[in-house]
Amino acid sequence: MIEERWIGWAMLAGLVALPLWAMAAGEPFTITLVTRAVILALAAAGLNIALGIGGLVSLGHAVFFGIGGYAMGILAHHAQSYTAMNLIGLEVPGTKLMPVIWLVAVTVSAVVAWVIGKLTLRTSGVYFIMATLAFGQMFYYFAISWSAYGGEDGLPIYVRNSFPGLNTLVPIQFFALCLALLCAALFITARLRAAPFGLALNAARQSPERARAVGLDPARLRLAAFVLSGAITGLAGALFADLNRFVSPTMFSWQLSGELIVLVIIGGVGRLYGPVVGACLFVALEHWLGGLTDYWHVALGAILLGIVLFARGGLIGLLTGKEGAHV
Amino acid sequence: MSAILIAEQVLNGLQFGVMLFLMAAGLTLIFGVMGLINLAHGSLYMVGAFAAAAVAGATGSFVLGLGAALAAAAAAGVLIEMLVIRRLYRAAHLDQVLATFALILIFSEGTRWVFGSFPLYLDIPAALSGPVSLPGGILYPAYRLALIAAGLAVAAGLWWLTARTRVGIQIRAGADDREMIAALGVDIRRLYTLVFALGAALAGLAGALVGAIQSVQVGMGEPVLILAFVVIVIGGIGSIKGAFIGALLVGLTDTLGGIFLPELFKLFMAPDTATQAGSALASMAIYILMSAVLIWRPTGLYGARPA
Repeated sequence: MIEERWIGWAMLAGLVALPLWAMAAGEPFTITLVTRAVILALAAAGLNIALGIGGLVSLGHAVFFGIGGYAMGILAHHAQSYTAMNLIGLEVPGTKLMPVIWLVAVTVSAVVAWVIGKLTLRTSGVYFIMATLAFGQMFYYFAISWSAYGGEDGLPIYVRNSFPGLNTLVPIQFFALCLALLCAALFITARLRAAPFGLALNAARQSPERARAVGLDPARLRLAAFVLSGAITGLAGALFADLNRFVSPTMFSWQLSGELIVLVIIGGVGRLYGPVVGACLFVALEHWLGGLTDYWHVALGAILLGIVLFARGGLIGLLTGKEGAHV
Repeated sequence: MSAILIAEQVLNGLQFGVMLFLMAAGLTLIFGVMGLINLAHGSLYMVGAFAAAAVAGATGSFVLGLGAALAAAAAAGVLIEMLVIRRLYRAAHLDQVLATFALILIFSEGTRWVFGSFPLYLDIPAALSGPVSLPGGILYPAYRLALIAAGLAVAAGLWWLTARTRVGIQIRAGADDREMIAALGVDIRRLYTLVFALGAALAGLAGALVGAIQSVQVGMGEPVLILAFVVIVIGGIGSIKGAFIGALLVGLTDTLGGIFLPELFKLFMAPDTATQAGSALASMAIYILMSAVLIWRPTGLYGARPA
């Protein structure tokens, strides 16, 4: 059986090699495809902190993905139309600078995650699943009715935003930026799992009573994990919007929340590289099966059922022969 | 704003509420008895609507269509219970979410495969197609009134079933202590399949009834499913009474909010911004209601209190 970190390193090596090959072979579409996988992996890596380590089954993570997307969309929209935003009487110009957009995306996502977390973490189990799903739907309908920023039609951005020192219009350079952010998120996750906070969070997931008995506060730990998780998924949303140069309410849709969970699970829940494996597998399936038949979701559904019923540790679990993740 | 308009909107809210109740009752029963969160409940709603539209379209009879909806949804329910759901009762919530999400994908794409992407239409039966005049000079569509009556009748029937019959006693006992009623000689597997089929049939009924006033299309079930979740969070998981109160609250809040919030905002805002802000707020009203309930009572109005 293969060790888990070898799988992770092999994945990352593949994520470097494949786009380089595509660039040499002159196939920019492959680079876009891999970029999409990397961004989805980043979003799933965010969810993995809440879901995998914290045990919080959030079926509303599309909220943060969408907020990241709209942070990019709104800022870039004002920049490209040379209009100012009106923030409670304050005139703020838009921007096309990625670092600023990322900062806004992460901050707003974190604040919203704090509010949603405060409300939903009062509950647990199925209530939490249903309540997060409901909040996701709230943002979805809000985005649809918000006609100032495109409403149901969404908001196109004509030119990809810029990053100092790079030409983000070149696919491989934008890809490198996304991969670097994914690696940073994985590094944070790895450090977190070994840090006192991660260990405490893990303890609170496995046994809240015992965690409480040794003086930990599970509610605060979960809220912190939820905020961090939302912030990372929000960053991924901003990148995703920049990849497509388009934001629309579908970034808030419940299907997307479901797919993010799927990405985490098919890779292996709670595993460091689970989201990366899951996202790559998902994009590959989407591309190949989607090319074969319009009804590829039937096959995806069957694969998911197979994983839930027969391969509980996800793909990494199958490869390493260990069902549970050693978090 | 006239009294007649208000009365009409209240009736619309009631109609929406009782249809949500049909969905929420099945979900809350299935959760209460089996401890299962079933995302695929919306697919059963869709199955009911498609079966009704197909059979009513072929035979011209709305009643046959309703029968087909009940039968098809119950059959689909029994099928997925025996093949998939049965293996999930003891699984973690995460596995239940994932497996039932997979079922949604299969049902939705499977239906698109069979029926295509274009919506089907289900005609209102001729006897109920006109308006009726209610006391106070209100003209209201007879079909919508029939929906309210049907929903209330199902609610009464469910109350009778759970409170007054032998099966109902077993269902309530199963929710409280499954080992004990198994030890008392109740075939728990059959009981679970029965409860799941009952919930599925209610969802299918709702789909068929609502299908006649909306279009029947793939993906119609999930928005209703999520609203039914809001209902259950408000009412309390496992409580049919909670589902009923919650469904009416959500139905009325959503319908009345959509009409009256823009009007309310017009009192102190420019008309076009008032319409914008009012409809944006109205689209969020039920979620704000849910948040308020979560703050006040985290386990819902009639949910079990944590010890």
